[in-house]
Amino acid sequence: MSVSVFSFLKRPMLMGGVALAMLVSPSGVKADTSQSVTPLSMEMVAPGVYVHVGVHEDPSPGNQGDISNIGFVIGTSGVAVIDSGDNPALGHRLRAAIQGVTDLPILYVINTHMHPDHVLGNVAFRGDDPEYIGHARLAAALADRESFYLNALKSQLGATPAAGAEIIPPTRIVDIGAPVEIDLGGRVLVLTAYPTAHTDNDLTVLDQLTGTLWAGDLIFIERIPSLDGSLLGWIKVLHGLRTLKVARVIPGHGPASADWPQATFAATRYLETLAGDIRAILDRNGSLKEAALSAGQGEKENWVLFEEYNGGNATAGYVELEWE
Amino acid sequence: MFSNGLNFRWAGAVVASLMLSFFAVSPALAVPEGEEESWTTNLKDLYFEGVTLEDGSELISMDTPYRAMDPAVVPLMIKFSKPQAPDSYIKKVTLIIDENPAPVGGVFHLTPEVGDASLTTRIRINEYTYVRVIAETSDGKHYMIKNFVKASGGCAAPGLKDRETAMARLGKMKMKFVDAGVGGAPGSAQLMVSHPNYSGLQLDQVKGMMIPSYFVNSIVISRGDKELMSIEGDISLSENPSVLFHFTGEGVGELNAVVKDSEGGVFKKSWPIPPRVDG
Repeated sequence: MSVSVFSFLKRPMLMGGVALAMLVSPSGVKADTSQSVTPLSMEMVAPGVYVHVGVHEDPSPGNQGDISNIGFVIGTSGVAVIDSGDNPALGHRLRAAIQGVTDLPILYVINTHMHPDHVLGNVAFRGDDPEYIGHARLAAALADRESFYLNALKSQLGATPAAGAEIIPPTRIVDIGAPVEIDLGGRVLVLTAYPTAHTDNDLTVLDQLTGTLWAGDLIFIERIPSLDGSLLGWIKVLHGLRTLKVARVIPGHGPASADWPQATFAATRYLETLAGDIRAILDRNGSLKEAALSAGQGEKENWVLFEEYNGGNATAGYVELEWE
Repeated sequence: MFSNGLNFRWAGAVVASLMLSFFAVSPALAVPEGEEESWTTNLKDLYFEGVTLEDGSELISMDTPYRAMDPAVVPLMIKFSKPQAPDSYIKKVTLIIDENPAPVGGVFHLTPEVGDASLTTRIRINEYTYVRVIAETSDGKHYMIKNFVKASGGCAAPGLKDRETAMARLGKMKMKFVDAGVGGAPGSAQLMVSHPNYSGLQLDQVKGMMIPSYFVNSIVISRGDKELMSIEGDISLSENPSVLFHFTGEGVGELNAVVKDSEGGVFKKSWPIPPRVDG
């Protein structure tokens, strides 16, 4: 069966009213009495689509690594987690939030990319025996960075919150150019893998039923984009995404949901400004150091954490564009 | 369509059990500035046993960022206060990154032909560390300076950003003539080599095998048939190794680079030297 990405537009009431009511009603509340895990606060941005909003900070003992947007989608037969948070404790809190809303099994844990704030909560769901799904390049990217990420978690949060953290690679992959559909019962999620952009393993999740696009870190709002893939690749992917006809987007960092395609504009402008500045520096044989200190500075007032990330973005962009 | 699932489970187990990455051994706590235990108890004798290292602060200066913005690409500029004279010159520059798993970032063998031994390159730094430059002069003396560099924050790792692009471009080289030399001063040029230059665990997606370390271990740069410098490289040099160096020489000629990697790859290219700008 092949379902168009946009089929939700034609068939907005794919599911029956009863099923839909089940999704949105908290009547199935089931308290987790086995341990005292505080459920994460969730915002329902569309029927059955729940998002927890992280703060715009780097991981610290103060924020417990709660720095990214993570959440879940509920169908009539099960639940898909989309990004699991920065550490096992956060994953357990997300799981507790799911259990507060539904008794249905957690069938899938989907990771939008390799960064620790999106994958290190995976281990909290191991007991559910879900399929872990990610980009075809996710496993290699994680293997490459495993020890670095686990050490970074320890130094950021301390040994106790980092305890039990481990890398869980995907058990099922999505190839570029071959989107995968998963059925949660009454709603289909379309998983799409991208060429190198924010990272070399970015993946989006489209909930066809509500027209909600989980963009992962392909979209940053308020918090400065961090470049860990390809500057030109990311700009290209953003221009492609912009043409999608969706109702709303859930960015990896930013508000719980945002209007489309306006949500793409700020990140696109930032990355294009950075690329333009770097090309000008390269044209006059300017140095990497100069680019790190000056490229993108016109965007300074537009982003949270600008000082922390712009220099790294400029560095990564320079070493990419010098091969143009 | 998802027959890869089992392979990936298998590969994950292999990854977890091997932990072979060169960047796997870092301790959880960062080394504070002022702490030189790695150097004093281990590295000094390992690389310079019995050698007196004199204070190099009058001869050498080093420019590194106090905090690495991108740990995979940390620019490092080394400058020397004296020009290369035929009878008195910098013969060898060793770059040591104390806390990196492969501490020797590179060994640069220089001739008087470069005119100026100053050079700029890019290194990986995955945690707080001292970076040392040890210069050996033609009279056999050794001079050392050091800088402390903090690792970056956030989630940036020192690994590859875009492996496929690096592999697709493997062995391509560019020579960027930065300064053709004014009034008889040495010119400068930047050699860029496209190479993943990395040893981290890399998974061959198709075969489910771990790819062994793969890095540039030798670069020889010459002008015509005269060697300017040679470099012994290692994985602490950044992906797509880059070195900005100097060269002397009258009139036209060409610069040549011969690059070898740990898998036996050999890459060669030549570039005509642009006209000098005298006056």
